Amino acid sequence: MSLSRRELLKMGLLAVCGTVIPLSALEILKPEAAASLIRPYSEHKRWAFVVDTTKCVGCGMCVKACKLENEIPFNIDVQRTWVERYVQLKNGDVLIDSPHGARNGYIKNDPQGKEINEAEVAKGIFVPKLCNQCEKPSCVQVCPVGATYKTSDGVVLVDKGWCIGCGYCINNCPYLARFFSPVTNTADKCTFCYHRITKGLNTACMDACAFGARKIGMLNDPNSEVAKIISTERVSVLKPEYGNEPQVFYIGLDAIVR
Amino acid sequence: MEEHLAHGALWTIKEGFTYPNEYIYWTIHIVVYPYITGLVAGAFVLSSMYHVFGKEELKPVAKFSLVFSFALLLMATSPLMLHLTQVFNSINMILTPHFYSAIAAFTVVYLTYMAIVLAEIWFVFRPYIVEQAKEKKGLLGLLYNAMTLGSFDVSEKALQTDHKIIKILAAVGIPAAAFLHGYVGFIFGSVKTVPLWKTPLMPFIFLMSAIISGVSGCIVTYIVGMSLKRNFICGASIRSMCKVLVWFLVAAIVLEGIDIIFHAYTAEEFWSIMSELLFQRFAFKMLVVQWLIGMILPLILLLLPRLSMLRAFISATLVLIGVFTMRWDVVIGGQSMSKSLAGFLTYDMPIIPHNMESFLEGPIPITVLLIMPLVLLFIFNKVLPVFTEVFNEEDCGFTEGLLSGKDHAKH
Repeated sequence: MSLSRRELLKMGLLAVCGTVIPLSALEILKPEAAASLIRPYSEHKRWAFVVDTTKCVGCGMCVKACKLENEIPFNIDVQRTWVERYVQLKNGDVLIDSPHGARNGYIKNDPQGKEINEAEVAKGIFVPKLCNQCEKPSCVQVCPVGATYKTSDGVVLVDKGWCIGCGYCINNCPYLARFFSPVTNTADKCTFCYHRITKGLNTACMDACAFGARKIGMLNDPNSEVAKIISTERVSVLKPEYGNEPQVFYIGLDAIVR
Repeated sequence: MEEHLAHGALWTIKEGFTYPNEYIYWTIHIVVYPYITGLVAGAFVLSSMYHVFGKEELKPVAKFSLVFSFALLLMATSPLMLHLTQVFNSINMILTPHFYSAIAAFTVVYLTYMAIVLAEIWFVFRPYIVEQAKEKKGLLGLLYNAMTLGSFDVSEKALQTDHKIIKILAAVGIPAAAFLHGYVGFIFGSVKTVPLWKTPLMPFIFLMSAIISGVSGCIVTYIVGMSLKRNFICGASIRSMCKVLVWFLVAAIVLEGIDIIFHAYTAEEFWSIMSELLFQRFAFKMLVVQWLIGMILPLILLLLPRLSMLRAFISATLVLIGVFTMRWDVVIGGQSMSKSLAGFLTYDMPIIPHNMESFLEGPIPITVLLIMPLVLLFIFNKVLPVFTEVFNEEDCGFTEGLLSGKDHAKH
C-alpha cells in the first residue's frame, strides 16, 4: 500500500482528533464533578486532628502512651509524638526545649536546663506535635520506591518491609515527624494510630490526655468535634509555607512556635 | 550493656533547640557520593574535548580519562549502598521505582550513562583488543577474544565507521554526564526543608564543581600514573587541561558566589542561622579551605605566567581538596542548621569503630571506597593501554608549535 503525502496528513489529523475528542469528553464528564451535582456534600473520608495548646500542661503522658502503644523503645530518643515547651521571658528572650521529647513530662521550671524564676516569665506554651498527615505529603513524593503512601482516608503510612532506608523522606519532612525506627531500622512516623482509629477507637495519645488537648475525627463528618472546631473556630497549622497542607490543626499557636 | 541509640544519635551533637527526631541523617557516604559522580562527569567531559571538539593536544589523555571515568563510575553506587539502612531492599528501586521521587530516576540515569561509557571504551580500544586477541594465547587470549564481541573487522572502512560512532557517543555522553551530575544537584536542590540546598542553581553549582574536580582528578592521576611508568608527559596536554580547569573554576566561583550573595541580600528567615554557619561554625571549612585554598589560590596559580608541571599538579590537588570540602560543607553544613532555625547539629564522625554501625559510618569503608577507583584503573591498565605514551617529545613539540602558532595567529 502506498500513501500520498496528502493522504498521510489526512489520516494523521483524523487519528489525532479521534483520540483527543473522546479524551476531552472524559474531562467534561469528570466522575467527581458529576457526583457532586447529585450529592453536594463530600463523602470523601479524611482524618484530621486538633491540638488545643491552651489545654496542654506538658505532663508527657501522650508521649509515654504513644511509645507503649506503638512499641517505640522508651529510652531511645525518637518519638512519633512529642511535646515542645516555649518560654518567653520578660526581657524578650525565648527559650525552647523538648528534652527526650518530653516523655518524662515537664516537672521543673527549667527550660534548656536553666532554672528560671517565675517572676521573669512573660508567657509559656506547650505545643504537642505529631505527624501532620499532610494532604500533599513531601515524604510520599520523594520516596524512591513508593514504600510510603497516603491512604484513601488521608493517613500517611510506611511499608516497613519495602523501605530501603535512604532517609530522603526524613530530610524532606518540614516537621521532623519522621525518624529511623530503632526496631526495624526503617523510616517510621505517627500513623494517627491507624490500627485503632479504623476500629472506632481513639488514638493512644488522645486517650492518655487528661485535659482534652488532643482530638481526632473525620473532616467530612459534620457531627465530629474536629470538623466543628475547624469550621467554626480560629485554627492554624504549622509551617504552611512548605505547601504540604498539614491536617493537624492548632488552637492557640504563637509567633514564637517553630 | 551498651545503650542502644537512635540512628543518627551516635554522630550528632545537638545544641540549642533542635527537634527531638532531628539528627544528621545523611553522613559521610552522601558526602562521597556526589564527589565520585562529579569526578565521573568531569573526566568524561575532558575525554570528549578530544573526541568531539578535536582538541589534538588532549589526545594523550583522551583514552585515560575515559577509562578513569568508567573506574569511578563503577564505584559510584557503593557509597549509596553503605548509606542505606536496608541495603537488601535496594532492589526495590528497580522493582517499584516511584518516579515522583528525584532519587528513583537514579537507576535509569546511571545505567544509561554506563552504557554510553562502556560502548565508547569498546570502540576506542577495539583495534587494540582485536590485535591482542589475534596475538595472545591462553587465558589472556580468551579474555581479549571475549572482549572483541566477535567483531574482528579492523579494515580502514570499519575503523572510519568506529571513529564516527565514537564521536557520536562522546557527543551524546556530554549531556548524559552533565545530567548524571546535574541530577545529583537536583536531588539536593529540591529538598525544600534545607535552606542551604534549596536553590535552582544547585544542579549548575554541582556541575561546575564536578567538572573542576574531574579535570583536576585527571591531571593528578595522569601525572602520577605516567611518572610511575617513567613515560614522557607532554606539557601541551597538561596546559590544555589547565585551561579547561581555569574556565570552569571561574564558572564555579561565579555560581557559588551568586548563591551566597543572594542569601545574604534577601536575608530570609533562615539567614541569621545560615550566616552563623558560614562565618562562624563552618568558616574554616567553607571560607578558607573551600574558597581560598580550593578555588581562588589554584586559579591564581594557574593564571600566573609560565605554568610548570609542578604548579599544575599542585593546583589540581588543591582543587580536589577544595571540591571534597565543598561536598562536605553542602551535605553536612545543610543539615547542621536545625529546621527549627534555633539550634545546631554538629557532625562527629565515629573514628574508632565499636560496632557495625560505627564501622560503616567511620572513615575505613569510605577510604577504601575512594582508593578503589585507582585500584580499578591499575587493573584496567593491565588489560588496556591506558597510560601509554601517545606523544613523544617530537609530537609534543609539534603540537606546542601548532598551539603557539594559533596563539600568534590570534594576535
